[in-house]
Amino acid sequence: MGLLSVFFVCLFFSSAFAVDRGNFKTCDQSAFCKRQRAFKPGQSPYRALLETLELSDSRLTLQLINDNNKVHLLLELYRLQGNMTRVKINELKPLKPRFEVPDVLIAEPPTEPLSVLSKDDNGVVLSLGAESQRLIVSARPFRLDIMEGPEVLLSLNSRGLLAFEHLRLRKDTNKEEDGLWEETFKSHTDTKPNGPTSISLDFSLPGVEHVYGIPEHADDLKLKTTDGGDPYRLYNLDVFQYELYNPMALYGSIPVMLAHNTQRTMGIFWLNAAETWVDISSNTAGKTVFGKMLDFVQGSSEKPQTDVRWISESGIIDVFIMLGPKPSDVFSQYASLTGTQSFPPLASLGYHQCRWNYNDQEDVKSVDQGFDQHDIPYDFIWLDIEHADGKRYFTWDPHKFSQPKEMLQGLMDKKRKMVAIVDPHIKVDSGYKIHNEITSKDFYVKNKDGGNYEGWCWPGNSGYPDFTNPEMRAWWASMFAYDQYEGSMENLFTWNDMNEPSVFNGPEVTMHKDALHGKWEHRDIHNMYGLYVQMATAEGQIQRSGGAERPFVLTRAFFAGSQRFGAVWTGDNAAEWDHLKISIPMCLSLGLVGVSFCGADVGGFFKNPSTELLVRWYQTGAYQPFFRAHAHLDTTRREPWLFGPENTALIREAVRQRYALLPYWYQLFFQAYRTGMPVMRPLWVDYPKDTATFTIDDEFLIGSDLLVHPVTEEGSRGVTAYLPGAGEVWYDVHTFQKHNGAQNLYIPVTLSSIPVFQRGGSIIPRKDRVRRSSACMENDPYTLYVALSPKKFAEGKLYIDDGHSFNYDTKKEFIHRSLTFANNALTSRYLY
Amino acid sequence: MTCLHLLLTLVFAVSLGTPVEIQRPRGVPLTKKQFYEESKPFTCLDGSRTIPFDRVNDDYCDCKDGSDEPGTAACPNGSFHCTNAGYRPMFIPSSRINDGICDCCDTTDEYNSGAKCENTCKELGRKEREVLQKMAEITKEGFLLKQQLIEEAKKGQQEKQSKVTDMQENKKQLDEKVEALRTVKETAEQPEKEAKERHLKAWEEQKAAIRLEKDKAKMAETFLELDDNEDGFVSVSELQSHAELDPDADGTLTEIEAQGLMGGAEQVDTSTFESVWPKIKDKYHSEVSREEADISLCLCVVQAQPTIKTPEKTHEDEEAMPPYDADTQALIDAAQKARDDFEEAEKALREMDDQIRNIEKELSFDFGPDAEFTYLYSQCYELTTSEYIYRLCPFNRVSQKPKYGGSETNLGTWGSWSGPENNKYLLMKYEQGTGCWQGPNRSTTVKLTCGKETVVTSTSEPSRCEYLMEFTTPAVCQEPANIDPSPHDHVEL
Repeated sequence: MGLLSVFFVCLFFSSAFAVDRGNFKTCDQSAFCKRQRAFKPGQSPYRALLETLELSDSRLTLQLINDNNKVHLLLELYRLQGNMTRVKINELKPLKPRFEVPDVLIAEPPTEPLSVLSKDDNGVVLSLGAESQRLIVSARPFRLDIMEGPEVLLSLNSRGLLAFEHLRLRKDTNKEEDGLWEETFKSHTDTKPNGPTSISLDFSLPGVEHVYGIPEHADDLKLKTTDGGDPYRLYNLDVFQYELYNPMALYGSIPVMLAHNTQRTMGIFWLNAAETWVDISSNTAGKTVFGKMLDFVQGSSEKPQTDVRWISESGIIDVFIMLGPKPSDVFSQYASLTGTQSFPPLASLGYHQCRWNYNDQEDVKSVDQGFDQHDIPYDFIWLDIEHADGKRYFTWDPHKFSQPKEMLQGLMDKKRKMVAIVDPHIKVDSGYKIHNEITSKDFYVKNKDGGNYEGWCWPGNSGYPDFTNPEMRAWWASMFAYDQYEGSMENLFTWNDMNEPSVFNGPEVTMHKDALHGKWEHRDIHNMYGLYVQMATAEGQIQRSGGAERPFVLTRAFFAGSQRFGAVWTGDNAAEWDHLKISIPMCLSLGLVGVSFCGADVGGFFKNPSTELLVRWYQTGAYQPFFRAHAHLDTTRREPWLFGPENTALIREAVRQRYALLPYWYQLFFQAYRTGMPVMRPLWVDYPKDTATFTIDDEFLIGSDLLVHPVTEEGSRGVTAYLPGAGEVWYDVHTFQKHNGAQNLYIPVTLSSIPVFQRGGSIIPRKDRVRRSSACMENDPYTLYVALSPKKFAEGKLYIDDGHSFNYDTKKEFIHRSLTFANNALTSRYLY
Repeated sequence: MTCLHLLLTLVFAVSLGTPVEIQRPRGVPLTKKQFYEESKPFTCLDGSRTIPFDRVNDDYCDCKDGSDEPGTAACPNGSFHCTNAGYRPMFIPSSRINDGICDCCDTTDEYNSGAKCENTCKELGRKEREVLQKMAEITKEGFLLKQQLIEEAKKGQQEKQSKVTDMQENKKQLDEKVEALRTVKETAEQPEKEAKERHLKAWEEQKAAIRLEKDKAKMAETFLELDDNEDGFVSVSELQSHAELDPDADGTLTEIEAQGLMGGAEQVDTSTFESVWPKIKDKYHSEVSREEADISLCLCVVQAQPTIKTPEKTHEDEEAMPPYDADTQALIDAAQKARDDFEEAEKALREMDDQIRNIEKELSFDFGPDAEFTYLYSQCYELTTSEYIYRLCPFNRVSQKPKYGGSETNLGTWGSWSGPENNKYLLMKYEQGTGCWQGPNRSTTVKLTCGKETVVTSTSEPSRCEYLMEFTTPAVCQEPANIDPSPHDHVEL
């Protein structure tokens, strides 16, 4: 412990309340990014060898040659069902196989036939499915254009930035350029036995001015151009006290970008798990509104265009182009590739009370009683790392938590649940069962020399299980069995933190890139380590109930596909107003790329919130998908009743509003599970033609029917909410006052205000009898809030099941009905 | 409420079972029975509305104040009354009716949820009575102990007060004594100083004479050394053999230079040598040790002269100062005794000052309205937990020490009484302990409860670096109420 705390002082003390940027690489400090970014747009050295074209029913292959070095690449093109195109580029004959990301796609995506419309010396024109879409392969220089009618939707390599560093032998390298075979950052040297392996490709999006996605960044919803600064970085990192409004990497990475204009929404899914940088430029960036107007009036305007360039350190180019055209089409296209949001247990949509750390069983009990005394509902109480015996996960501190089952039973008696943390770093300790089994089964990640990789984390010296190994994951899952995980019960769930993975003494606080996962380098798989941890943990929870019960697992690190395994939060934020504000675009960005179950630590993790900030955060969090309060070990206690009766009442009211709306949240999560539609979404998703919505990220929709504009300004006396939809109406859910759509509405606010509006034309189911936990409300009546459209019409959906098991799926035990109010009558009809 | 036609609120599903009829509507306390008369329409208790009686407890909320649904969960702000015969009656929020969790010990809140509740009121009542009885006993005994503490404290306080008065009187005498002894000391030190100076002066003179003698001997010896031909004269050439005497330090002692040293003479005899000697004695190297000197010079050059030890004049030949004569020694002894006496008296005065200050400090503490907390002063109480030994020294400090070695951490030094306004003596606050990393200084709140024993019963750290200690003492025991504390009085049947 002494050593550990000394270490912390070194690592963290100098950086009080701001990220230490020096700990993390800029593009210039990352050799491959610097190398790739040095290539400027221009004539591509790549040429398509049309004579090598082969077309089977749905697969087209074609060789490319780099005229500078004569290296051949193999291009594969697929037309996928559901209006998608897949482009794969690999070396034709690599010295050894290059890494291709497994386990992210839910299945090999089904294809559709491709046909050649025309072919000459300059290129090939392919027909894409039944639409009027065509794919044009130009030979010299090589480029791809996807067209619909006369319009170019998207072009690849149009700026000539395709760059594929082929595998080579060190002796064949002409000059020893810096960073090709070795790279040092701070005190860490990355030996690169495979030499340079990076890849890059550019995409041009004519007619597009708005791009979104590629989380996780603490930045606005609409992505910014990166000219003159660093690209957006995707590299899962444990960033201590992260800063806002910049492109630095954070805990998770989802390499999916959405492009939107009034006509169409498209998506680019870059399936690569290595360190990735994304550059964005735009020909309209920096132009004033007046300038754009002038262009329009004079007709001299060049078409707006956004150019994007992806750069990854290793692996292959494997891109899915999702062609929409509607936002909902892109969501279902992406869902068809990587799966949908897991359908969570109903209780997990309730309120979660967390703190690092509840001290002991007595503390847990008194907090639990505190909620009852103050009549505030909650469903889950959480235990952070201090609950385990010396940070040995799957164990309990013998003094503070000596009777875990007694504690869990106490919660169960109140129909409540608990989450205990299980991190992926394992204390190296020969007296620790988990460590011994992993060692004996040889399941640890290896260092470059073949020994077990060791690094520092919470328990001190730790090993890192190789979660990329399916046998390791199966064993890990088996550790959640009730007879393995001593003291666990069916109301104990799991939280996977530090799974970037966080290595306190590693480069950029993570694992060395030359560490080995079987035959692959950590470099290849880095961004999906966290996904595998959550996958194995969720599987463990399913298995312990014999496949009957839904799991609940929260993760900090994530990748494309993580939505299938549980919830995500935005990591270690701070008790500051800007952090409250950023929680909205951060969760909106995640929702756009599949992860609906998102939340931020209510109250802010670091530092102590003012009472006003705490109240406002509860009011905001109550309307975000994952609703959990959390606090750092060094903060003062902040259970909702510690700030005087007025504030307790304000927080109680916010939490009660959440519980009353649980039927609506549950129904939306069911839709998300079925269709991939985000639960919490930007306004433009439902109003894709309304340009006024394109940059809004201080308000959001829950489903299509609730619009929320939380108060996120200190001392606010009013907010201006944009109510979209010309000809539509919105009702204030608290006063039932009606407002017209397509207007900026000024709403005076007091400390008790949470501006929320229900869309006219919708029916929202609620349970107005709010009780102390969601399970207590199971048999309560539903109240339908029918908000009529100007045409006196409304519709909605209701979904009911047991709230916790897989019976909705395995036995089809559920009620799913569509509700319609028309001609002064409410009717309902069966939905599958 | 024009929007009402647009926004319909409909109960969609489930109607709960009809409540079983009893003398008064379910969930109504006896005190409010009169407002619920089955034969009349019901008026909401806030007067806002009147409804037919069959809409009371019909599982649909009609009254804003929730008063029409005392026995169902329909109203968000309603409350349900459980009689809890045998124990205490209570109100619970109506959201806890039929939620599957047993809240009322008489089970009446779970009449339609399927929850299996057992009536535990009798058991709870019995336990409560036991606890109350035990508490009453403790309070009674504790209060008696408190009286003793008050008695003792008052006595102690008086004693201390009079002790301080006495001591202050004594101090005055001591002050005088110190002053008298200072005069004695100063009187004795004057002759002592004079005698010592005399002795020292005589010794200095004696030393000078010895040095002169030695110089003369050396001069004679040198003369003989220089007089190589033993003719009774030292000649210029004989002197020239000693190059070290070269006045311009150019390495050679020329004839002219030698002659200069000899005052212009060609040669000098022993008596004229006396005037040459002072010019050469500092530089002169005795021939006896010249060889060695050469060698050491070589070595020094080789070693780049790191540590040349300049041959300092050792006074080995000068003996130590002779002892004082008997008269001087007698004066010194007398002065020393006067000094010792003075210092002793002064020390006694300082000690007395300290004692007075300490007692005054103690008297200045707020030991409670009747000084009942006085006995805690300068005491310490420990509690050993699984990891630490906690130590409370009331009115001084709180500390924590790891059980298995390690240094002590200060959890706060005495700050103030910080209980609620009506009795501030229920909490003690210790502040400004050791600082926490990125956090505040440690502090401890000590919660005092009535007990026969004075003991630390628990410690916890509810918030980072803010400790809570529970402490029992008779000093906070309140006078037991005269009435018999039987809970039966409140039981509603």
